[in-house]
Amino acid sequence: MPPKPQSPPEPAASGPSAAPVPTLAASDVSKAFGSVAVLKSITLSFQPGEIHAIVGENGAGKTTFVKILAGMIEPTSGEIFFRGNRIEMATLRGMESLGVRFIHQELNLAEDLTVVENIFLGREVAKGPFLDEATMRERGRKVLAQVGADVDLDAKVKDLRVSEKQLIEIARAVAQRATALILDEPTSVLTQREADRLFQIIQQFAEAGAAIIYISHRLEEVKRLAHCITVLRDGHLIATRKAGEISPNEIVRLMVGRSLQDLFPKKNYNRDEEYVLEVRNLSVRGYVTNASFGLKKGEILGFAGLIGAGRTELFEGVMGLRSVSSGTIFKNGKRIKLSDYPKALRALCAVYLPEDRKGKGLVVSFDAQTNYSLLGLERFGAYFVNRRAERAAFKRAIEQLQIKIPDRSMPVSRLSGGNQQKVVLAKVLATEPEIIVFDEPTRGIDVGTKAQIYHLIAAMAAEGRSCVVISSELLEIIGLCHRVIVMRASRIVASLEGDAIAEDEIMMYATGLKQAHSPFDQ
Amino acid sequence: MNSAQAVETKPDQRTETGSNWRTIAKWAQTLGPLIALLLLVVIGVLLNPNFLSWNNLSNVLTRSAFIGIISVGGTFVIVTGQIDLSVGAMAAFIASLMIIVMNQLAQSGWPLPTALIAGMIAGLVVGLLAGVVNGLLATKGRIDSFIVTLGTMGIFRSLVTFMANGGTLTLDSGVREAYRPVFYDSWLNVPIPVWVLAIVVVIGTIVLTKTRFGRYCRAVGSNAEVAHYSAIRVSHIRVIAFVVQGFCVALATLLYVPRLGSASSSTGVLWELEAITAVVVGGTALRGGSGRVWGSIVGALILTLIGNILNLTSIISVYLNGAVQGIIILGAALLQRSSRTR
Repeated sequence: MPPKPQSPPEPAASGPSAAPVPTLAASDVSKAFGSVAVLKSITLSFQPGEIHAIVGENGAGKTTFVKILAGMIEPTSGEIFFRGNRIEMATLRGMESLGVRFIHQELNLAEDLTVVENIFLGREVAKGPFLDEATMRERGRKVLAQVGADVDLDAKVKDLRVSEKQLIEIARAVAQRATALILDEPTSVLTQREADRLFQIIQQFAEAGAAIIYISHRLEEVKRLAHCITVLRDGHLIATRKAGEISPNEIVRLMVGRSLQDLFPKKNYNRDEEYVLEVRNLSVRGYVTNASFGLKKGEILGFAGLIGAGRTELFEGVMGLRSVSSGTIFKNGKRIKLSDYPKALRALCAVYLPEDRKGKGLVVSFDAQTNYSLLGLERFGAYFVNRRAERAAFKRAIEQLQIKIPDRSMPVSRLSGGNQQKVVLAKVLATEPEIIVFDEPTRGIDVGTKAQIYHLIAAMAAEGRSCVVISSELLEIIGLCHRVIVMRASRIVASLEGDAIAEDEIMMYATGLKQAHSPFDQ
Repeated sequence: MNSAQAVETKPDQRTETGSNWRTIAKWAQTLGPLIALLLLVVIGVLLNPNFLSWNNLSNVLTRSAFIGIISVGGTFVIVTGQIDLSVGAMAAFIASLMIIVMNQLAQSGWPLPTALIAGMIAGLVVGLLAGVVNGLLATKGRIDSFIVTLGTMGIFRSLVTFMANGGTLTLDSGVREAYRPVFYDSWLNVPIPVWVLAIVVVIGTIVLTKTRFGRYCRAVGSNAEVAHYSAIRVSHIRVIAFVVQGFCVALATLLYVPRLGSASSSTGVLWELEAITAVVVGGTALRGGSGRVWGSIVGALILTLIGNILNLTSIISVYLNGAVQGIIILGAALLQRSSRTR
């Protein structure tokens, strides 16, 4: 195969195989932290114009690997090449100057600065000693238009939605002309539609000749987006395949050694017509308008919709975590006065698992046991905390949920995402609730733990507890729920059962393409 | 390949040396204040053999009792992630009020013991109320506690000046004579204020470490949002912390009034800073979330000892007392920082 001239860059349409000089390449790269080997001799290259997905469970070494490529971590052994040239001692700054951009899992923006200040942060355009505001605004506007972000240049980043923040991160990469773009779990905070837009932008990048390295847990999107898929497991490179030549089932099998069907438990539901919880015409100012629905005993009720549709706020209102402007709530047919969460906990016998694990679920500096007992601490004594009873209860929870905690006294911030989520689950389940609201129960955790959580939710329902699952992952809603309520723009727009619980149907309601008259609405 | 199990624990990314360093830093942070206190005692003994005499020690302890008792309340406020700058002015205000009540009742013919007890009760009630006001403004009023107590500090301070008509309020000599024992008497050779301090420390420690309220204080101070989602009434906890602080200030003041004998606009100036310093030097994090009552007492003792040692010797001028205290604060802050950033 004759070598092609390097510029202009290869368009993606003709496939990645034609490009001879990889933008980035790793040769025999290994990494160990202390005595723990995290990456074992990885050799992999990334072509210009190619979207290359890296998949694997938590702890497989994906993030460590791309951090080495981005110059953030030094490998224990092995070499990194940029356009065929060996890079000695890669640093973050050095790699950035070559156009290698890393977009973090947790977004890295200065929250108090404006959009335009963030886009040019660290690379401000200057005229003499002064900042050249005009040029930066001009270029900032262009870049925002390019990534399709409809935000004000002067808006503070902290006032933006998560999806918009992500676009700002990408705008930064665009403003600095990326040769390679590394994205670590970019869609974990996005809705389907926002993700779709992100994919378009990524494709534009690829068409312009950038090498895209894409880490994700979500197999459907990987399958859709990537040209090429590499599976890592336990720090080993298991396989690299063309995206067209591998099925999602096979990817999962390579990742964890089991198939996709096993993720979800069988749907077993003995129809019960009695409502445990009934909500009528509940409104939360600015978020929810006249929501009415019922929850039955032993049911798993899904709440689907785009981010911002008001699902979280609806349940925060029901639980007394947020003040409501109107509405009535019935528990087993009896009217319950709305007040605060401690009262809801007692009167409704209901708990809420927050979507934001680190911001609302866990005190990250506390150890797991203290976090576990924080909700409903009174069960270990009205005034004094009975430490022995607390420890015993926590020990049972660890066994039940198979939480892995190397050292009991260490803060939960040092546990893996999956184990952190299990601690929050243990915390809310410990109150023996009749009604459990799971808000995004599996966000940002690995497939193995996800499956465990799905089975746990099903087991809770089988015991006769009523479960609500709020999720932006359709696969999860479809695979798990007996009935699905769809919300759009602060209203409940549909209630689906049986065969109607399907991806297209839910999406059409969620995006407003289909409008039904739900029996509950008005 | 397909028999491989899901691996889900993240590899431990610490190196051995990192772990050792963390242990040392943690240890230094835990015992740091005690070591500093021991060091000061050793210096004291080297400089002046009279240092370890029971006379001098009980003097140091009695002097520490005032700031010590206030700093126990301060520990609760700071652990919940707030701050109370009003304690010095509040103490002056409570002292003024007690002096007025006691003088008035004694003059109107009440028996002295009754007048004294009524004055003390008035002081405690006002302390509790002042705590409620601070707490409600900070929670229901949604004003940062720094600003709230900056405001109430000004109000208390100016009320003292107003009540004293710009001058000094003095305890009548008869009343003062009857009140004297509360500060100056001893039981089992230990001064009364030291007994009270000991009791407050024991109760404070038990409340912070063994009770639900103490646990909630730490949770609220670490992350109020998480506390809210854990069905903890965050505002209640914060108000109660301020009330505990108000009670401690009143208790310290009623022990101290017989020694003061009078109150004026300059009474209690900068005491709030000494109390906060004692808490922080003792290892309680100023950002909230973790703290310990015994540490605050050690902090108070360190502050008093510095003054005491400077008084006993002439190597460093007594006028540099503040500078030495400042160095101690900065040292404590550096220790806290090293264990936080790893």
